[in-house]
Amino acid sequence: MQGSDAVELVRPDTLEEALAAKAERPGAVPLAGGTDVMVELNYDHRRPEALVDLTRIAELATWSASGGHVRLGAGVPYTRLIDELGDTLPGLAMASRTVGSPQIRNRGTVGGNLGAASPAGDTHPVLLAAGAEIEVASVRGARRIPADTFYTGVKRNALAPDELITAVHVPSAAVPAEQFSKVGTRNAMVIAVCSFALVLRDGHVGAAIGSAAPTPRRVPDAEAFLAAELPWGTDAPLPDSLKRRFGELVAAATEPIDDVRGTAEYRTHALGVLARRTLTWAWDDHRGSVRACA
Amino acid sequence: MRVNLTVNGERRRADDVWEGESLLYVLRERLGLPGSKNACEQGECGSCTVYLDDVPACACLVAAGQAEGREVRTVEGLADGDALDPVQQSFVDAGAVQCGFCTPGLVVAAHDLLRREPDPSDEEIREALAGNLCRCTGYEKILDAVHSAAGAR
Repeated sequence: MQGSDAVELVRPDTLEEALAAKAERPGAVPLAGGTDVMVELNYDHRRPEALVDLTRIAELATWSASGGHVRLGAGVPYTRLIDELGDTLPGLAMASRTVGSPQIRNRGTVGGNLGAASPAGDTHPVLLAAGAEIEVASVRGARRIPADTFYTGVKRNALAPDELITAVHVPSAAVPAEQFSKVGTRNAMVIAVCSFALVLRDGHVGAAIGSAAPTPRRVPDAEAFLAAELPWGTDAPLPDSLKRRFGELVAAATEPIDDVRGTAEYRTHALGVLARRTLTWAWDDHRGSVRACA
Repeated sequence: MRVNLTVNGERRRADDVWEGESLLYVLRERLGLPGSKNACEQGECGSCTVYLDDVPACACLVAAGQAEGREVRTVEGLADGDALDPVQQSFVDAGAVQCGFCTPGLVVAAHDLLRREPDPSDEEIREALAGNLCRCTGYEKILDAVHSAAGAR
């Protein structure tokens, strides 16, 4: 694994230093939990001119909650997200529990998931369905990118070369009707064959698919159908016909490929099933909250 | 570059470390600690699991430079002199070791589980060890070992 090619390792202690380093070396690769970047280095698939270690920057590993939103620092590991925000961000915590293994969740971060922007990344469907915004920064200033416009292609995102991901802003669940579901060959260490997230909130529906199109994406037709048809504010059970139609609309929005993890046909079928199931679970959450208020 | 870190309670220094090199490589090839095993180099197998600042991590996915100034505890740091840690002793007693390649990572992961959950269920053990692959034992003896270690603590 030893290489003679020079790689510079920059280890900033503050965000300001990190942004300055990224501005000077736009080709530098940010490094946090290492669960993607170190694999590429170990296998000699990538030899960046520089690495910027983000794990020394304390502010990236913090979160705060205010005004119905959580600002989650890009460097908070999944394990902490699950332990500390499981009730506040139930959908994101659910997706985080399916990431890798305990060792991977101890190191991996939502910021890293976003940086890699894999179509199969576990947190993307939840961030899309919840209407999250990605906070990015450079020496030129900070901006927020809606999750909707963040994913621009296979493993590509809307970051400019001098920008770093600093946080995600996620609406917190006053009434937790958020669900995530994922298909894989076993319960751990699985890259999603396909995945689905659903968020029901105050008459609004957010729904998104993962690993079934060039990018993670929302499914607008299915969202609009559900928002119009759900018996909001009641604890009525949902008719099978409604669940089935929702599943059909989700399946119709997929644009999958055949690959080593599954066929396109399987992904389309499975997403219809995941959509129906997560709708049942999320509606059960909603019904529970209606009964609790009655 | 030079990397300074604490390993198993001792201040250590590694020189001529390549900037893209993993903590696992430094531990095994530069610091003479081959207990952590190099198997997959992609975080899939857990054989290189070490504590980094008291949190279990795959040493193959940590850049050595990220460990500068930090504390690492490897499988070599679990025993107290010649007295094995109860987890290690239980793996021996239960026959949870066959080829032995996965054992160091499993021992560290099980050690961490028992710190957090002194009397884990089968499901909790399976979940906690989900990131550690064993191709010999079929895991049953490993479950026995973890239960037995929980009883011994």
